[in-house]
Amino acid sequence: MSIIVTEKTKVVVQGITGEFGARHTKLSLDYGSAIVAGVTPGKGGQFFEHGAHRVPIFNTVADAVAATGATASAVFVPPPFAADAILEGVDAGLELCVAITEGIPIRDMIEVKRAMLGRQTRLIGPNCPGIVTPGTGPDSAGGCRIGIAPGYIHKKGHVGVVSRSGTLTYEAVFQLTSKGLGQTTSVGIGGDPVNGTSHLDVIKMFNDDPDTWGIIMIGEIGGSAEVEAARWVKANCKKPVAGFIAGATAPAGRRMGHAGAVVGGAEDTAAAKIAVFKECGIENAVTPSDMADALIRAAQARGAKLA
Amino acid sequence: MNIHEYQAKALFEKFGVAVPRGVAARMPAEFESALSTLSHDGPLIVKSQIHAGGRGKGTFTDGFKGGVKFAKSKAEALDFANKMFNNTLVTAQTGPAGRKVQTVYFTVACDIKKEYYLAILLDRATSRPVIVASTEGGVEIETVAHKSPEKIFKIHVDPSVGLMGYQARELAFRLGFTGEVFKNAVKLITGLYRMYWETDAAMVEVNPLIVTPDNKVLALDAKVSFDDNALFRHPDIVALRDLNEEDSKEIEASKFNLSYIALDGNIACLVNGAGLAMSTMDIIKHYGGSPANFLDVGGGASKDQVQAAFKIILTDPNVKGIMVNIFGGIMDCNTIATGVVAAARELGLKIPLVVRLEGNNVVAGKRTLAESGLAIESATTMAEAAQKIVKLVA
Repeated sequence: MSIIVTEKTKVVVQGITGEFGARHTKLSLDYGSAIVAGVTPGKGGQFFEHGAHRVPIFNTVADAVAATGATASAVFVPPPFAADAILEGVDAGLELCVAITEGIPIRDMIEVKRAMLGRQTRLIGPNCPGIVTPGTGPDSAGGCRIGIAPGYIHKKGHVGVVSRSGTLTYEAVFQLTSKGLGQTTSVGIGGDPVNGTSHLDVIKMFNDDPDTWGIIMIGEIGGSAEVEAARWVKANCKKPVAGFIAGATAPAGRRMGHAGAVVGGAEDTAAAKIAVFKECGIENAVTPSDMADALIRAAQARGAKLA
Repeated sequence: MNIHEYQAKALFEKFGVAVPRGVAARMPAEFESALSTLSHDGPLIVKSQIHAGGRGKGTFTDGFKGGVKFAKSKAEALDFANKMFNNTLVTAQTGPAGRKVQTVYFTVACDIKKEYYLAILLDRATSRPVIVASTEGGVEIETVAHKSPEKIFKIHVDPSVGLMGYQARELAFRLGFTGEVFKNAVKLITGLYRMYWETDAAMVEVNPLIVTPDNKVLALDAKVSFDDNALFRHPDIVALRDLNEEDSKEIEASKFNLSYIALDGNIACLVNGAGLAMSTMDIIKHYGGSPANFLDVGGGASKDQVQAAFKIILTDPNVKGIMVNIFGGIMDCNTIATGVVAAARELGLKIPLVVRLEGNNVVAGKRTLAESGLAIESATTMAEAAQKIVKLVA
């Protein structure tokens, strides 16, 4: 098993005809993901063609869902229109909406989050690399790739990865794969201060997934989401968990690339989060090169298997 | 994006938030005429305008003390303004280099009955705006939160309806206001929230908020920052940007969509992705080095961006070595390698350069580096790269 998506998940791409959306739709099709529809308002009736693939384009997400049975979307819509795109997906009854877009105004996301209360759609992101459930083919092809992560670095297996950062996620996945440790699912939850799915949400799902045997949680300075997740792990999670927090050297008050990566108080520094991880039995990676090894140490300490 | 106190107060007034009368001047020749527009014969406050807190307790590099001064007369205000202008103010928040004062703000000095604290910002835990107020003003709110949390009041705002009247009243009651002061406080809180929301502010902080003996409620200070992601819909706010307050390298970087932040170490880094860039700084520090900057070239860095990034890095005279760390997931490592070689050649690079490439087409990328004939050290892991560059600059 895996969490959130499987190789069968039918995906609609919102913003499929934009340069960014088109490029990653092609990569997802090559990976073998079920990209069944695209949405670009005004281009309904056209097709997105790539090799032997011919993906129908619709004017609205509702049309795409009705015609193809898509249950998940990838949002590649530019920042000024991204909030609108997310809520269109919510209104169309999608189970999952993965917002890749970087640079959405925080006020828009505050409104989106409020409007999503009580709705069934799960939002991942925004400003995230997306989600990958690796497949069984060569270079893990045949899985579900929604977003912009490189599919080929993955390998099907039993480690769950959750992270706020894109390239740091790839770093962790690559380390795991290089050591022969495959992944159930890798989830990039995004670097914005207001996002859909949290570290804790993902960790609860990994905990419930019998195929996930170990978890890597990657966080950053700013906010308290990692602390909340760590406390839950201490009380509820029996699986080995390794953690890494980026930004130990970041000066206070400066936004480090991600809108959410700002140290505001004593509680949201890297040192504070690392201390909580330790207290909660999470094995800290000493450096970013140590993420996979930290999980191996955590597994050995519990006598748990990872592959 | 940050703005100056005088700009923030002009915005406050637009939204009905009362402030002490004041006027800003950007050159000494304007000081007298600015003071005369205030038509005020009593005491004045002279305030250095820089984008950093702690001004009152700051010291200028020539030894003059205080970036905010109480002046008994116009003559004294003029004297203080001339001493502040073009002088460099060092505060707890500016770092040792300090900031050059290029605008001086004169305000009418107000009698203060009591000081309070008021701020509006995002509460990340609830994804809602939160108004934070305290009866302890004019001091650091972190200290109040630590010592007497019962004196801090919070109101969360439901974004679907905005700040409701009862919420503003509740806050004013909790602060202990009655009568005319209560009415004025409710008006100020309501106006301040509207300003926060309608301008896409990231944070609005009034410390202190004061009550005067004649029952006025005034924002005595103002600190406002805006969400960079929303600036596209606020050209009027973009116009308030003061490039003098920003690092010239950071301005240059933003032209190429590079996210750059200058730090005070000597190992420059060039990385794709914010999380990886932060952790590259961390690993340099871990192995005993000191990072000179944060530099994120983005997920899909181009050759031009890499070249621009190198130029920016090398304008920092402290830089003694460079570490490039690219995880080319989708991006072609060879494109990056070609950019690195071209930049190193064009700029006649003389300091050590360690490049760690991983990912898509990495073999070709490493070959390009090796065959360039340049003294570029290659590394496979982040740890290896960090250890190499730290050793090379030691």
